[in-house]
Parts: sequence; structure tokens; C-alpha cells
Amino acid sequence: MKLIFEKSKEGRTAFSLPKLDVPEMKIEIEDELLRKEAPNLPQVNELEVVRHYNELERKNHSVDSGFYPLGSCTMKYNPMLNEEMANLFNYIHPYLEEEHVQGALELMYNLQNYLGEITGMDAVTLQPAAGAHGELTGMLIVRKYIEDNGFTNKTKVILPDSAHGTNPASAKMAGFDVVEVKSGADGRVDLEEFKKVMDDTVAAIMLTNPNTLGLFEKDILEIARLAHEHNALLYYDGANLNAIMGKVRPGDMGFDIVHLNLHKTFSTPHGMGGPGSGPVGVKAKLKDYLPKPIVDINEEGKYFFNYDIPKSCGRLRTFYGNFSVMVRAYTYILMMGKEGLKFASEMAVLNANYLRKRLEKEFDIAYDEVCKHEFVIDGSFLKEYGVKTLDFAKRLLDYGIHPPTIYFPLIVHEAMMIEPTETESKEELDNFVEVMHKILEEAKTDPEILKEAPRNTPVRRLNETIANKQLKLRG
Amino acid sequence: MKKFTKTHEWVEVEGKIATIGITEHAAEELGDVTFVELPEEGKEVKKGEALCAVESVKSASDVYSPVSGKVIEVNTELDASPEIINEDAEGKGWIVKLELSDESELDGLLTEEEYKNSL
Amino acid sequence: MKRFPYIPHTEEDIKEMMNVIGINDIKELYKDIPKLFEGELNIPESKSEIEVKRELLELSKRTINLEDYAMFRGAGIYKHYVPSAVYQLATKRNFLTAYTPYQAEVSQGTLQALYEFQTAICELTGMEVANSSMYDGGTAVAEAILMASRVNKKHKALVAKSIHPEYIEVSRTYTESQGLEIDLINFNEKTGRIDLEDLKSKIDENTSSVVISYPNFFGIIENIKQIKEILPEKVLLIVNAYPIALGLLEAPGKLGADIVVGEGQSLGNYMSFGGPTFGFFASKQKYIRQMPGRIIGETVDADGKRGFVMVLQTREQHIRRAKATSNICSNHALMAVIASIYLSIIGREGLKEIAYQSYQKAHYLAKKLIESEKFEPIFEGEFFNEFVIKPKFDLDKFNEKLYEEKFIGPLNLGYFFEDMKNDALFCATELNTKEEIDYLISKVGEIDEINL
Repeated sequence: MKLIFEKSKEGRTAFSLPKLDVPEMKIEIEDELLRKEAPNLPQVNELEVVRHYNELERKNHSVDSGFYPLGSCTMKYNPMLNEEMANLFNYIHPYLEEEHVQGALELMYNLQNYLGEITGMDAVTLQPAAGAHGELTGMLIVRKYIEDNGFTNKTKVILPDSAHGTNPASAKMAGFDVVEVKSGADGRVDLEEFKKVMDDTVAAIMLTNPNTLGLFEKDILEIARLAHEHNALLYYDGANLNAIMGKVRPGDMGFDIVHLNLHKTFSTPHGMGGPGSGPVGVKAKLKDYLPKPIVDINEEGKYFFNYDIPKSCGRLRTFYGNFSVMVRAYTYILMMGKEGLKFASEMAVLNANYLRKRLEKEFDIAYDEVCKHEFVIDGSFLKEYGVKTLDFAKRLLDYGIHPPTIYFPLIVHEAMMIEPTETESKEELDNFVEVMHKILEEAKTDPEILKEAPRNTPVRRLNETIANKQLKLRG
Repeated sequence: MKKFTKTHEWVEVEGKIATIGITEHAAEELGDVTFVELPEEGKEVKKGEALCAVESVKSASDVYSPVSGKVIEVNTELDASPEIINEDAEGKGWIVKLELSDESELDGLLTEEEYKNSL
Repeated sequence: MKRFPYIPHTEEDIKEMMNVIGINDIKELYKDIPKLFEGELNIPESKSEIEVKRELLELSKRTINLEDYAMFRGAGIYKHYVPSAVYQLATKRNFLTAYTPYQAEVSQGTLQALYEFQTAICELTGMEVANSSMYDGGTAVAEAILMASRVNKKHKALVAKSIHPEYIEVSRTYTESQGLEIDLINFNEKTGRIDLEDLKSKIDENTSSVVISYPNFFGIIENIKQIKEILPEKVLLIVNAYPIALGLLEAPGKLGADIVVGEGQSLGNYMSFGGPTFGFFASKQKYIRQMPGRIIGETVDADGKRGFVMVLQTREQHIRRAKATSNICSNHALMAVIASIYLSIIGREGLKEIAYQSYQKAHYLAKKLIESEKFEPIFEGEFFNEFVIKPKFDLDKFNEKLYEEKFIGPLNLGYFFEDMKNDALFCATELNTKEEIDYLISKVGEIDEINL
């Protein structure tokens, strides 16, 4: 398919402006700063633009187009109402007097409180733009905490080898050394290994609970106790919160800092990779280190941006966060309510366990026990048929199903990480099971089908080696 | 004399000059090499330190120096044609030449046979 | 059992599924979690769509909708016209509800759209390569400073005091913990441009990068070429550009910039209270392995057909973990695609015209304001579509008066600078009509009468 630039034709346009209505003045800018050659943007007619993007849009798989059990990403349905509500707030400038944006501030204030309640945290910032951004915020809060308390020897952050890649990267960005602890035979943090590395030089421990294998860290209370005994903070990566809403709260488990992904748990659309939103909640003792500003309410009941956070870790981005994503999440929370959120978590876990049970006979489940919202298949056994997890995943595409997350977590070879979410029906899950079995049968009888998959997609397997060697990065 | 490491590097020594690369086994495991991050000439490395990195589409592997020394030459052909590593990892696909600072370090390395047995 | 519109499970389904799992109660799926929370969450009960909509509408009514306001305020977020097709196309559901293009074969829509975005950013900035977007302009600047430090292994950034104050804050937050130092460069009080003498005096062998805005926060157009000329070879010049201005101003890449970043909101994104928008990020090709964020490249499929994939992933956190160029995982793809569609619609001529009209309207406004004798000029330097002038009256009170007329007056710079209290940062775009401007001037004329 041609690029929009390649469809360009001199003299075409999809745009018009009113005639300039002010008297024209001579441009006084020095000549060397005036553009000599206009940027070569497409010159196309409106219908051409419409057809172009329609055609592109049809080439995407999405939650709306079919099952999307991408582990760790919580690809749940993104309600239509969210979009309509977000559109109510399109034309707000960030630098308006507070009295003119009371509705928006109230929404943010309420959302801070709801998220605090759901996670068991005392204060919440909505500023971070994404999960990884929330992690960085959290790690910088840790930094302020240790500085403020004079814990100068604290230089390390511990995380399990099953952690998301963003965890070590965020800890590093905040200036910490990363120590990975090996998972135990049961797929959880190995308490003995953990004790070996847990000492006074540890600033924080980053955990996802349930972890990336979908397993609940049973020793969490003991881990929290050990962490706090050494004045270290316990950080909760909220990627997997969808499993436990209303069932158990990170704050009650002993976590001191939490980041959430509104684009996962709270149904805001992933938008091809963003925008998301990664609010961070903290316990009261860390409130003074939150980024500036947070939304507060004064005695007269007026909402305002509170910049009076003298020990703040700073500002992580411009303005106040991804506001229209917050509107969507807020809409979702109101729709679901306390009982709906809890029910959502229960059904997410039910769906995952149902799939796990239906697949366990024919597939190797890594750590086959009651899981939470997701589980991992170890695809090593496919070698026997001369195929890999990658081939299996590509064949799923031919059946209109987005493959699970593959090759993650790193501690499972040939991993396929499956997270169905609560918004999928039993029929959809049954269809998935059927397709999984069908493909397995194909692997056994005619593995070439898998190796050559996909065939029914807009393009077939793409040559990534060429892409990385030739590096053609623009049209 | 050619020696190997557990981390899949090979080193061949002639006089004071050690030529270093990754083993054929390592190259095979990596898949199509897309980029080699070559070190700067003159860089001093200690045995076991990361010397440079070899990348494929989905992985980046550090190359650990089997011996200590100073980088005196790098294989600039790899800039344009990293695939040489896949074609001839233990020949034309060499990565750097070091001026050895301590020949005795070679003693601790694996022989070809020991390395092959370790795989 | 209560029913929820977004959860399909019937009682029957649940029973059947529990049977397969071999449990009698959902609670059994949670028996391994500590009993720490037995109660109910203290948040409202679920509501119907009708009720939720009412509630949100009520909140929106207490938040001004600037669509039909005359807007004279910018300062980083601008009210430009968003053509009708932009959001209708960008928010089509296979764009909106897809995730990161992990499976390229079913993500060609995303990948090609982002590839086109990269192309457009290269065209705008005059740079060789661009990534597929960052969170916003502030984080793009901060990441550019970090990238420069990776390139030249030096640890001090000289940042013009005249870039957006929040960008300076974000840059400090991002760099402090990594041992980088940020030193501010004054602006020349006469011209409003960067103080070249101050810059020269602060460059030393630790200097990694110099950061300027183009135009700067006061609307003044910096002379990139002059600045580049005084920098030692190893020091990278980071230019934070206002993309609409690039329809009129020379591409930073042509003037010596090494990294060009910026806030992309003005390219067809709504203001949305400041987010989500996106940051763009472009540089010279030779630095690409130090670039943060996702990058899309062209390739072919098994049949030799053109296609697109994510490339250079070995820089990223999911592979390099602690050694990654950044912790950024996502990007703001949707906002970038919005920009890409916007640029396709306005096209080469449209961008030129929008930039030209913005310039002309702002200059007409400035001329009239000065002629009213209620303001004094502050800077002599040439500006694009924003400018600072000093009112001879209380600006906040005046803005309140304007507000009643559905006019949003200029930003009071006292908000950011202690020594610029009551200075007005005005902005105009192609959306400001002569009628609006003349009306504003007439209101300025009434100032004595309303006793400000």
C-alpha cells in the first residue's frame, strides 16, 4: 500500500482557511531564519485522506474486532460511553483560572480518592502519562524518601526475574542499581533468595502481585515485614490489579507505593500504544514527596491545584496528566461501582482459570495451579513437532485471534501469556480453546502450516532482519 | 593458540595480540546478527568486562573480554556487514584485537574440547 | 445476580465454568490471598449509563468549553483549528482499541500510520530520523538531554531560561537522579533571545547539550544558526520547536540542530486540559541508537510485499531492561496518528498558510495593543505568534472582565516568573478573527472607564 506522501499531487488540498482578514504586515524575521523550502507534506484531497486512513484502520486487529488475550496488557473492552464523556472536555486550556474549571478539578479530586480507596493508599497523583512513567515517579519518590531520611547507603532496588522490563529500566533511570532475585520453583519470589539480598542498602522492592505468571505472591506479608524492617519501601506495579479489585488492596498487603494503569484496569483504550495514564498512590508517610501539583479542596469547598509540596520529587510532565484518559476511567468507575469492580476482578480470574483448565491437558501450563487473571503456557513441547511458540502465535492470526503475549515472562521458555479479561464471554473463550486445539493438531500433522502462517492477514510474516539492517525509517 | 570462555567468546593469541570474537554456537543462538556495537580503539578492558555488544532483532548480548588488554583494532567490516558473524563467527567474523596485558590469564580459559563439552 | 453491561457472564455461565475448574464458589479462586480486606470499597455503587452521563454532563457544565471562546492565551497549548475529518478518522475503533503493534501482520494500520508520522516529523524538523512519539513536549526535552549525555558522555545541560518553565522542571526531575547537572542560561532583556554572552561563559568541557526553544516561551524567534556557531563540536544543540511555526521558520535541522523535539498538541490535537498530547523527537541518523522510544521501519513480508515493523528494539526496556535507553514502553501513538492525519489534511500549503496567518494576526494584535498606549513593549526580538507586553493596569482584573464576554485574555507571566508579575503573554492563531481582535482592543480602550 502506498504512503499518503506517495499519493500526493501538486495542487490538491483537503483544507481551506478564511481569507486573511487583518492588514498584512511585512515579515521582519531575518532571512536566514525563514523557511526556504516548505516541508514536503502530502497534497491530497479530503476523500483521499479518508480512504487512506480507512484502509489503514482495516488492517489493524483491535479489541473491537476480536479476542485479544495479550497477557499483562488487560485488553478489556473499552466502553463507548467513555469516549462520549471524554469529548465533553476537549476544549479546556490548562492555564485557566481555577474557578472556571471546577468540574474538571472535582473529577480529578474524586478520581484520586477512588483510586486511593481501590489500592488502599492515602494520596494519589494523576500526573504520570503511562505505567512506566508511574514507575519512574514511584522510584523518584523512593529517592526523596531516602534522601529526606538520611538513608545514604540505600542504593539498590530488588525485583524478581519475572518482572516487566520497565521495572529495572525505571529503577535505573531514578539512579538505582538493580538486583534481580530468582523466582523459586513455585514461580514466586524465593523467600530464601530474597533474604540473601535484603539488607540496609536496599531502597525498594518492586513487585507485581499477582505476578506476571498470574500467581499470587503468598509470602507478601513476610516480604513486606522484611522490607520495612530494613527501612526499604515496597513498590506495587499495578499492571495486574485487574485480578484483585475489591478483594485485597496493595496498601493492606504492606505496599507503600502503587502505580496503576488506567488503560488496563480501568478500560481506557490503548490507542495503538498510548495515551495511557499511570497514577501513583502512596501511603501517608510518602505524601510529601508526590509530584506537583495534586488536586485539593479548600475549606470553602473549592477545588484547586496544590503546589505546596515542598519535598516533592518534582514534575514528571507538563500540566496535570492525561486528563481525557482520566475522564474515561472515572466514567468506568461510576458505571461499575464498588460491586462491579469486584465482580470484574472475579470474572477476570474465572475466565483465566476456565481457559487454563480447558487447555491444561494438551498444553504445558507453567506452574499449573489456580491462577489469577492470567497464566502462562510453556511452548517448549512444540519443538517436538518442529515448531515454536512464534509459529503457533502467527497461526492464531489466521483465525482472527490476537496471540497472547509471547516470550514473556523471560523465566518461562517459549512463553505464551494468556489474559482473557472479564469482558470476554464463555462462547468467545470456548472458541479460543477450539482454535488452540485445532492449531495443535495442525502442528502435529502439518507443521508447515504454522511455519508459513499467517496467510489470511494483510501482510505475511515480515522480515525484521532486513528492517533492522537497512533502517528505512521514513518515506 | 585458541581458547574459549563459558560465556561463548573465543580468543586466538599470536605473540602479544589476542583476536576475539563470539563462538559459532553463540552466533547460531543469536540468529541473524543485525548490529555490532564495536568498542573504541585504545579502550582498556579487564578480563570478564563487557567489551561490546552483538545484537539480533530481539536480543542484545554483551561480549565479555576473555583477557585483559588494550583494544588495538576493531573489525570495521562488521559495521556494514554484521552478517559476517553468522557466516564465519570464528574467522572473518572476529570483533576486536587486543594487546594482551597478562598472558597468564589464558590459562584459566577452556580448550576447544572443554568448550564443546560444556554446550 | 446484578447485571453489568460490560460483563457477559450469566449465572449459568458461571456455574458451568466453575464446574470445569472444579470449584463451588468464586472465593476458592482467592483462597491463597491474605484476608486483609473483607469489606466493601468506599466508592459509589454502580450506576446506569443515563445516570453516569448526567453526572459527567454536570461536571462538564462547571468547566468552560472554549470552543466558542475567543482565545488569546497559549503558553504551550494552542487553540488551532482541528479539521472535522481528523478525530473522525483517528478515533475509528481499530485505531482506538488496538495496542502496541506487537504482531506486525495485524497492525499494519498502526505501523504505516506511525511510519508516515515519522516521515512528517522529519519533513517538519529537517532531521534525518524521528521516533514514533513521546508523552509530551516536556518529557521529550528531558529525554533529549539524557540522550545527548549518552552520545557525548558529558554531564551538563545548558538550558535556556526562556524555554517553557514546566519543561525545565521536568528536565530537572528526569536528570537529577542520574547525576546530570542543569544550568540555566539567561535571556537578553532587550531582545528576549538567549543571552549569547551568558551562554559562552557557561560552556565548559562538561557541557553535553544546549537546549533552546524555537520560538521561545516568550514567542521570540531564536537564531539557531548563531547559537550553533558558538558551540564546541561535541556539544549537542537541542531545539524544542513549535511545529506550526515550522511552516514559516527555517527547519532547525537546516540551521545546525542535533536533536529536535517539541510538543505536538498544535498539530490537530485538542487542548484536553493539557493532556493527552504527544511529544515529537527527531535527530541526526548517527545518534539513532541512543534515541529513546519506539521506532518504525520499512521492510518486506514473506511474499516480498511492503510492510512495516518496529525496529531497533534492542534499545528498549523489554530487551535491554536496566540498560535500555529509556524506561519508556508505550508512546502516544493515537495522538501521533491524529497529528499525521492533520498534516495530511492541511498539507504543505495549509501549514504555510496557518503559520502565516498566525503570524499576521499576532502582529496585528500586538500593533493595536501598543497603539492603545495601555501597554508597553518589553522585548525587541522578532516573534512568531506570541509576545509579551506590560499592561499599565491590573491584568487579572481585566481578564475577568474579558471572561464575561467569552474572551480568554493573555497569560499573566507572574504565574511563572516572580519578576514578571502582571506581564502579559498574548497569543493569536488562525482562529482569531479581526473582529475579535478589534473588540479586544475596544475593551482595552475602556480600561480607564472601568477603573482597573
